[in-house]
Amino acid sequence: MSVQPAARLRRKDLVGIDPLSAGEIQLILDTADQMREIAARPIKKVPALRGKTVVNLFMEASTRTRFSFEVAEKRLSADSLSFSAAASSVSKGETLVDTALNLEAMQPDFIVIRHVHAGAPHQLARILKSSVINAGDGAHEHPTQALLDALTVRLHRGTLEGQVVAIVGDLQHSRVVRSNVLLLSRMGAKVRVAAPASMVPVGIESLGCEVHRRIEDAIAGADVVMMLRIQLERQGRMNFPTVREYYDFFALTPERLKLARKDCLVMHPGPMNRGVEIDSRVADGPQSVILEQVTNGVAVRMAVLYLLAGGHGEPTAD
Amino acid sequence: MTRVQVLDTRGVSRALERMAAELIERVGDEKLLYLVGVQTRGVPLAHRLAGMIGAATGHEPPVGALDIALYRDDVGPWRAAHQQPVLRATELPVSVDDKVVCLVDDVLYTGRTVRAALDTLMDYGRPRAIRLAVLVDRGHRELPIAADFVGRTVPTAHSEDVQVRVRECDGEEGVWLEKEVAG
Repeated sequence: MSVQPAARLRRKDLVGIDPLSAGEIQLILDTADQMREIAARPIKKVPALRGKTVVNLFMEASTRTRFSFEVAEKRLSADSLSFSAAASSVSKGETLVDTALNLEAMQPDFIVIRHVHAGAPHQLARILKSSVINAGDGAHEHPTQALLDALTVRLHRGTLEGQVVAIVGDLQHSRVVRSNVLLLSRMGAKVRVAAPASMVPVGIESLGCEVHRRIEDAIAGADVVMMLRIQLERQGRMNFPTVREYYDFFALTPERLKLARKDCLVMHPGPMNRGVEIDSRVADGPQSVILEQVTNGVAVRMAVLYLLAGGHGEPTAD
Repeated sequence: MTRVQVLDTRGVSRALERMAAELIERVGDEKLLYLVGVQTRGVPLAHRLAGMIGAATGHEPPVGALDIALYRDDVGPWRAAHQQPVLRATELPVSVDDKVVCLVDDVLYTGRTVRAALDTLMDYGRPRAIRLAVLVDRGHRELPIAADFVGRTVPTAHSEDVQVRVRECDGEEGVWLEKEVAG
């Protein structure tokens, strides 16, 4: 028995997976599933958010997520503005709250924020009237990534319930893993995580996952393997001796993939470090759905924008 | 609350049979015809009309499904309080280009759904013509829109509610008129 979708998303903001019920997650995924079709039309645009303004406030580098939000906004006919920290008053010392209040003074309807500090979207959600969408906050949450991963799994498997999902890589620095574990366990999947001991945050099992020390144990019989990026730029103080050693013990190679279910899906949130956490033969192999994840990301972000636009106010009769 | 049955199962079938016959006659070349049901109850009605046209002419027209939720005018900035409609599938198995598309819906009321359906359809191509078939026309148009094929015209008051049930969606079939009774 799959989860019944909620009737509506009665929220102003999407700050994380944590506040969402299983029914709300199901509603977002069902809506995203229908949004996928718009990309196949001759005119890839619908008027649903005509006249709405979206500010993409990216205070940390991002290409894929920012483009994905921008495409989603354009497909829904919203007007979007993108902000990059380097070329703004942030470099002149303005605080995040002041930047956000100044942007809100121009009456946007949505603020999509990516920030290096955990909790930045939550702070803005409390003080702003606009809907705030978290596009990644520090090592905390990245809700739309988890939703697009879930949609990708659901499209291949029909359901999330009972799926065995292994997540392998830098658990310490990853916001993707937190949102994914929360979402998958809430939807009835069984989640296993694996990383070198130096990259396993204390208490991660309390999110609802089994913790393994060897990749082989995590992926044995798995339905889905999600590889996480080794954040080489954050490894100034390396959590493992060498990249080569990481590959030897934790990379997803064709040999290791044989331990999983025969048609196990291979996923990666990108950007990939080929030859570090994932072997090119796997990344480009027949079980890889990495580029489908990117396609589904646009549909998920369209669904979130669409549903949040109706999140305020009282429900009305059909 | 009183509930009056306007059409029973047999009445619905006969209305559809007559609409199918009119469609064949008025469209002329049934090979150009493309029936597109508006979600939700227009879709099974479109399938049934296509089956009837196929049985009569030997050529069953293609059937599509159209969801108009993203094109509605009763959600968004025009209403202070609103709720986003649940999205349903839009499936157009063949191109609408150069076809005589007949939109099929259960009830024609304000005409706003049809306006949204026309806009949706235009984003998929350029049909040769668009026609409109509805099982029930209950009046009270708010836009200059008229149906080409009508199963039953039912004069109603704004306060009344027309309920169409089709067996594919509801398990029962028929058309009912519901009205509040004062006192």
